[in-house]
Amino acid sequence: MSPRAGSATLGRPPLVLVVPGALAAALLVVPLVSLVLDTPWGSFVDQLRTPAVRDALWLTALASAITVVACLVLGTPLAWLLARVDFPGRTLVRAAVAVPLVLPPVVAGVALVTALGRNGLLGSLLRETTGLTIPYTTTAVVIAHTFVSMPFYVLSVEGALRSSGERYDVVAATLGADRWTTFRRVTLPLALPGVLAGAALAWARSLGEFGATITFAGNYPGTTQTMPSLIYQVLQSDPEVARTLSMILLVASVGILAGLRNRWLTAP
Amino acid sequence: MADRAVTGPGLRADVRVAGRLDAHVEAAAGEVVAVIGPNGAGKTTLLHALAGLVPMDGTVEVAGASWTQPARLVRDRNVGFVFQDQALFPHLSALDNVAFGLRTRAVARPDAEATARGWLARFGVEDLASRRPRELSGGQAQRVAIARALAPEPALLLLDEPFGGLDVGVATTLRVELARHLASYDGIALLVTHDALDALTLADRVLVLDEGRVAQTGTPHDVAARPRTDHVARLVGLNVIREGDVFRSFSPSAVTVSLGQPEGSARHRWRGRVLSAAPHGDAVRLLVAAEPELIADVTPAATTELGLVPGREVWLSVKETAVRTYARSPDRPLPSAP
Repeated sequence: MSPRAGSATLGRPPLVLVVPGALAAALLVVPLVSLVLDTPWGSFVDQLRTPAVRDALWLTALASAITVVACLVLGTPLAWLLARVDFPGRTLVRAAVAVPLVLPPVVAGVALVTALGRNGLLGSLLRETTGLTIPYTTTAVVIAHTFVSMPFYVLSVEGALRSSGERYDVVAATLGADRWTTFRRVTLPLALPGVLAGAALAWARSLGEFGATITFAGNYPGTTQTMPSLIYQVLQSDPEVARTLSMILLVASVGILAGLRNRWLTAP
Repeated sequence: MADRAVTGPGLRADVRVAGRLDAHVEAAAGEVVAVIGPNGAGKTTLLHALAGLVPMDGTVEVAGASWTQPARLVRDRNVGFVFQDQALFPHLSALDNVAFGLRTRAVARPDAEATARGWLARFGVEDLASRRPRELSGGQAQRVAIARALAPEPALLLLDEPFGGLDVGVATTLRVELARHLASYDGIALLVTHDALDALTLADRVLVLDEGRVAQTGTPHDVAARPRTDHVARLVGLNVIREGDVFRSFSPSAVTVSLGQPEGSARHRWRGRVLSAAPHGDAVRLLVAAEPELIADVTPAATTELGLVPGREVWLSVKETAVRTYARSPDRPLPSAP
């Protein structure tokens, strides 16, 4: 890296850039600082012991863990197909995979109801054949979380698969390896950083998921009430609980960011 | 040469890759064939086609089995491929890299590792077994890469400029080592190289590719003495000129350089402009833009005396006795063949 030209050589940074820049930083930092300052630290542990909080914590942990597993098991093969197999409609599939990234979560919830609701496309079929319904169950929470988290995972892993290249796949083939062996022993290990980053992103997205979940799965304590849903519910009636829960999510998010620091926090 | 019947477990291939290559290749088991030619001549394409890495028309037969009817996948072809940049798996140790091709062929891990260790030992790098590729020097990595390609005992070994990108000293050492290993390897080896020395020291036969076609095949000595392409002539440091049905070649040291038109018995003379002058051993090698381009070796003293700098107009001449004449087409009898 070349030595950086500083104020000594180029002059002071102009106010027209400094003022809006500082304002932007304040906008991002002040709410978080106030949340930390306003958290009822004295009753923090007691709050965690209340049944509603415990249930919501447990459900969030469970749903996000299952979501990450679903991403690993289903998303990794999809990422591989997108990166390595030239099938018809690949561009279309990749575009469709990216849509939930920008889709308003509540729209995702409506889409899930349309597909898997009691009278949905697949939901009605499922109800008629097995008598099972998905909406307003913990399963629905997991499905909603997976729906919104999977794109982060798939795109991260696909990028890693592309940058690690087909070159080593070719080398493995000349050494007699079939594609499954190549995937296990070469492709996946080389894409591991992307897999870990993708899993962390998916987990983070799942922790904070609110809109799609509350639309598709509702907000029932013990079965579908995750932490964000509980925060939403108690913010008016019990702001202390809301801040405690928010603090927990903030810590988890910062933890994820720290884990990804090599990707985002170090300037190139 | 082209119609010599290959008996036993050899290679016989007609490789056609649209727009890039149309070549007939034959080799007997145990033979090392150097593939030379200018950039874009189709050397790497030939190796890739034989390995099954690019689609091709034609036929490939190795050790009596067809690899093209029906088409075999790369993994079923029993090739060893040494890539120019080694392409060692970066996440595996040197040992695991070499064992990889054995493990994919269902050799149990302890056996594969023992065999791999043996191969590393043969290349003198067994103490590097646990290192990752990024901890190896270029020469060490290329030794591991060659060991990896040879470990599964392929029927066909393909080496794509194995000394490219290595230091000259490292390349020289490795060349000597490779010659020893190729001597004891009983499959067929094809070696793509840019270096005349590789072709002369490692190969039993040389295949010259030019614009996707086989321009010449023969023993290294034959090809070096009677080059049929400008590229090979340059590689071996000879001048080659075409006259009707024959080639005439002569050494750059046989060329006389003068400022005035040469008198006397020299039959061949050309006028041209000096393009470059560079040290070559004890002499100075001139590249002269005559018709065609020719090279001439002169003494440093003469260079100064005659002012042989780029741009200078000179006359080149060579005595008939210093010129070797041979048939242009490889299928015709050589008028001056020994």
